[in-house]
Amino acid sequence: MTLAEKFDKKVEAAELPQKTKDQLRKFLAEKDISDAQFKQILDKVYAEYKSTRIEACEAVGVIAAQSIGEPGTQMTMRTFHYAGVAEINVTLGLPRLIEIVDARKEPSTPTMTVYLEPDYGIDRDKAREVSWQIEAAPLHEFGDITTDMENMHVVVHLNTKVCDKRKIGAMDIMEAAPKKIRDRRHYRDFEHEIDEANATLIFSPKNKESYQNLFQLAEHVRNVIVQGIDDINRVVVRKEAGEYILYTEGSNLKDVFDVIGVDTTRTRTNNISEIAGVLGIEAARNAIIHEAVSTLNEQGIAVDVRHLMLVSDMMCMEGEIKQIGRHGIAGEKESVLSRAAFEVTVNHLLDAAVANEVDELSGVTENVIVGQPIQLGTGDVKLIAVRQKDN
Amino acid sequence: MSTKLNVLDHVMVPDHKIMSDEEVSELLSRYNITTDHLPKIYNDDPAVKTIGAEVDNVIKVIRASHTAGRAEAYRLVIKRPKK
Repeated sequence: MTLAEKFDKKVEAAELPQKTKDQLRKFLAEKDISDAQFKQILDKVYAEYKSTRIEACEAVGVIAAQSIGEPGTQMTMRTFHYAGVAEINVTLGLPRLIEIVDARKEPSTPTMTVYLEPDYGIDRDKAREVSWQIEAAPLHEFGDITTDMENMHVVVHLNTKVCDKRKIGAMDIMEAAPKKIRDRRHYRDFEHEIDEANATLIFSPKNKESYQNLFQLAEHVRNVIVQGIDDINRVVVRKEAGEYILYTEGSNLKDVFDVIGVDTTRTRTNNISEIAGVLGIEAARNAIIHEAVSTLNEQGIAVDVRHLMLVSDMMCMEGEIKQIGRHGIAGEKESVLSRAAFEVTVNHLLDAAVANEVDELSGVTENVIVGQPIQLGTGDVKLIAVRQKDN
Repeated sequence: MSTKLNVLDHVMVPDHKIMSDEEVSELLSRYNITTDHLPKIYNDDPAVKTIGAEVDNVIKVIRASHTAGRAEAYRLVIKRPKK
């Protein structure tokens, strides 16, 4: 046992990645080896590790671009298919990949995967209760709405059975509805009366001259969201690996985190800029990798994760998500010639001339343009030979 | 925001730690760089606010790497530029 501990210390001290160390430890635990053998193994492992490391001055960006670009040509150009998860439509394939690297503020199909806390996750009814707290429910789902044209009223009769079933008090709805119409729907030309005993809510337009106002009001009353989170249109409860998980159409990470029963350590969304805002840039970096890997894997394309990590690192380097393109990484390069070579050539050259910009010629593109060796691989090494004078 | 949400507990958020001055100077001399060369993080980033870091601090991020198992990264806290 003492021998193994000695090895353990040496393994820990070695300059190897954590994963390699763990594998080495696991391997050594089963073996009975001598000191000399151990040294040999460690040397071999270290040599192997060194040979797998990327060389200095290697053009990793170009390799990443090719490694993602080539399999990308195999991807489905347009996918209208459902993603298999409970009829929720999710953009997949090339359009989704473009969305990710373009750092769109909002994906075309935002969805969330809401995990529940342990005591909610195992109980179907409790999971359903949480889903009601999240799914946006308009007022017309809670009762009958009639338009009384004679008295110029919109009358809402709440169905208390439905309210009880969905765990919301009739009074809460009656108070929330007029407030929400004013705040969220920005419609203020009405008055309301609450009849608590009959669970009835009466709206009347301020301007009683025109039926148009009445119908407009009726429309607002029907569709005002009285329960749930406004951005989340639909919630599907599914059982996976022994626990109930909610899948949503629409995304609002911040508000969902506030709902009781939601596991705030695992719940996620596919809206990357929302993650950056709520959880920070490092979480966004992870999200970009995760989204890109799962989009590619879903299409049966295997791209080494290192390339996607590089892309994600570049996008998150400056503290906020930058797109790969004119308005992001490519557009903010130091070199004028490099920017001009990418897109909108004339504008860049003109602006650079006006601003008296200087190009240091340190990148690849600009050196290709002026026709000198690029600073990559052997081109980066400069040797000065000091020759001994012949006697 | 709710009281129960701690961004550092989320599975997607790696560990953030404020580095001491000695650690920072050791880091800078190891790579022969200045703090400007480090990747940035904004001072209003939720994770930065949670650990209480301020502008000009250097933050050590300990990521669970897909390839290495564990990877360290460093970020300099800067002020979010006004749009």
